[in-house]
Amino acid sequence: MREINLFELKAIYRDSMRIRGYCFGEGEKTLCVVGAMRGNEVQQLYCCSLLVQCLKELEEQGKLVKGKSVLIIPCANTYSMNTGKRFWPTDNSDINRMFPGYDKGETTQRIAAGLFNTIKDYEYGIQFASFYMPGRFTPHVRIMKTGYENVEDAKKFGLPYIILRDPAPYDTTTLNYNWQIWETKAYSLYTQETGRIDKKSAVKVIDSVMRFMERNGIISHSGKSGHVSDVIPEGELLAVATAQSGIFESCVEVENQVKEGHVLARIIHPYNGSVLEEVKATGEGIVFFRHSDPMVYSGTVVFKIIPRSAFRHSKSSRVN
Amino acid sequence: MIEDIVSLGLPVDEKIVLRKNRILPECMDENTKRICIVTGTHGDELEGQLVCYEMNRILKENKGHLKGIVDIYPALNPLGIDTITRGIPGFELDMNRIFPGKKQGSMAENIALAVFEDIKGAEVCIDIHASNIFLREIPQIRISEQTAAELVPLAKLLNVDFVWVHSAATVLKSTLAHSLNTVGTKTLVAEMGVGMRITKEYGRQLCDGILSLMQHLGMWDGDVAPVREPIVSTDGRVEFVNAAMGGVFIPAIEHCMHVREGEYIGDIVNPMNGQVLVHITSPCNGLVFTLREYPVVDEGSLIARILGE
Ligand SMILES: [Zn+2]
Repeated sequence: MREINLFELKAIYRDSMRIRGYCFGEGEKTLCVVGAMRGNEVQQLYCCSLLVQCLKELEEQGKLVKGKSVLIIPCANTYSMNTGKRFWPTDNSDINRMFPGYDKGETTQRIAAGLFNTIKDYEYGIQFASFYMPGRFTPHVRIMKTGYENVEDAKKFGLPYIILRDPAPYDTTTLNYNWQIWETKAYSLYTQETGRIDKKSAVKVIDSVMRFMERNGIISHSGKSGHVSDVIPEGELLAVATAQSGIFESCVEVENQVKEGHVLARIIHPYNGSVLEEVKATGEGIVFFRHSDPMVYSGTVVFKIIPRSAFRHSKSSRVN
Repeated sequence: MIEDIVSLGLPVDEKIVLRKNRILPECMDENTKRICIVTGTHGDELEGQLVCYEMNRILKENKGHLKGIVDIYPALNPLGIDTITRGIPGFELDMNRIFPGKKQGSMAENIALAVFEDIKGAEVCIDIHASNIFLREIPQIRISEQTAAELVPLAKLLNVDFVWVHSAATVLKSTLAHSLNTVGTKTLVAEMGVGMRITKEYGRQLCDGILSLMQHLGMWDGDVAPVREPIVSTDGRVEFVNAAMGGVFIPAIEHCMHVREGEYIGDIVNPMNGQVLVHITSPCNGLVFTLREYPVVDEGSLIARILGE
């Protein structure tokens, strides 16, 4: 293992902001993994630290395949992480909306450029990502449909779901999108948590990255074979929204099977405890996403369900 | 009359309600045109507040001259304004990146959809922004290249100093202005002043411009002050000056000044040891239309934008 400094930003009253990378193996730039880019992405940071540990052990056992190199970047935004901010502390900009970056531009454009310059030539790119709405996900791989996406390789993670997303205009400045434009096969991996550490789902995701590396001939390793992934276009997920606001009490967890009309959550009056609304499933399927804040606004999507009909897209369906 | 556009429940005994003030002319028919004056998408940009107030005042005092419908939306992001926050508190995305909004989404996307639907179909819309707390801007209209042919003639009526025709980055496709222009509602984005402050002369300058635009559209037959001829420019003539190092920026020039190439603009200093970290000079001859207002800079922070001669 070699530790490298990819980027450094100096400040007058703070230690420098450094982006560090951990390199394993020599040769072809095969896989790059990026963790936290936002200050609250603690789980994403943690996943990288686990992965560094795993790779270190494999290296010591001589199980890295010759001629391939792997780079892990646990954190690209120490300044926000250390000050409890989600975005860049001074101007509140989001590094993951600045790619491919610009080395003569604004601060976060320079950070994005500094990072991207090093990581853009890898064959595979994995980002441990977080979502723009507070919630828990079933662990999954997400791919942006850019025309360059590679679904077959995504199946090598052996995660239960591959979600295909049509990029929105604001997606075009994300790392995942730009990696693809620069011909890196890019995948975003979502675990259950962001601001908290959830060891169980972190381990699941790390197992999946190990499988991916093994199946792509980057390491020799024998782990669990994982799932046969279902490929689901994001647009087919059923969104269930609240009509009322108040305290949010979920009655189901992600990965639960539900039928149409199943009570997914209750909205409770914050003062008198009465049930203002029962949020019900709008179709039959599997809970993929659930809101995780204790309170909720009205008109907000609080669940996403993979409907049974979505499984027809997959060659091998696990739900019959 | 004050109208509710959308109302959504907040968790604890409060509703978020977006409102507009609709001012009607004394006579109307099916051809009566409508103009929308919109501001407050970014909660810390307050320059538009004076414009909304002044337009209300002028129209109230001169009701007989009004020949069109005026919709004033002073606060598209009321929670942001109340919390001195650019975005919507608790929502990650910039409100000006989620238009035209959607029904099945978050509170913010619901609000965006309601706003978009309400404005759609107007003759023209002016979306007033105020730079941010970091930069001071001269009154300007920003127009994407695709809409330039149609919008530049209208922008010239708005009494601003500068019309910036910029190339349209994909991310800007989800702004209010782009979404409205896409459906044929001509929308002009005004940028002026600085965040968290009101620059009185700029606000009044833009009000004169809005009246002149309304006169041109046959929506106003009262007095109109003569409007200034703006400089119209594309990206090619705009030079950016970014901080080469982090520190404290001490300007040596005033905003809206003409500078020569090599002229001293200011220093980035280190107050800890009295060192000048960067001595900044102008890359070209031109007009400093954007100047750093907030003293603390990181490496990369924008110091100035200069419109080259
Ligand atoms: Zn703004």
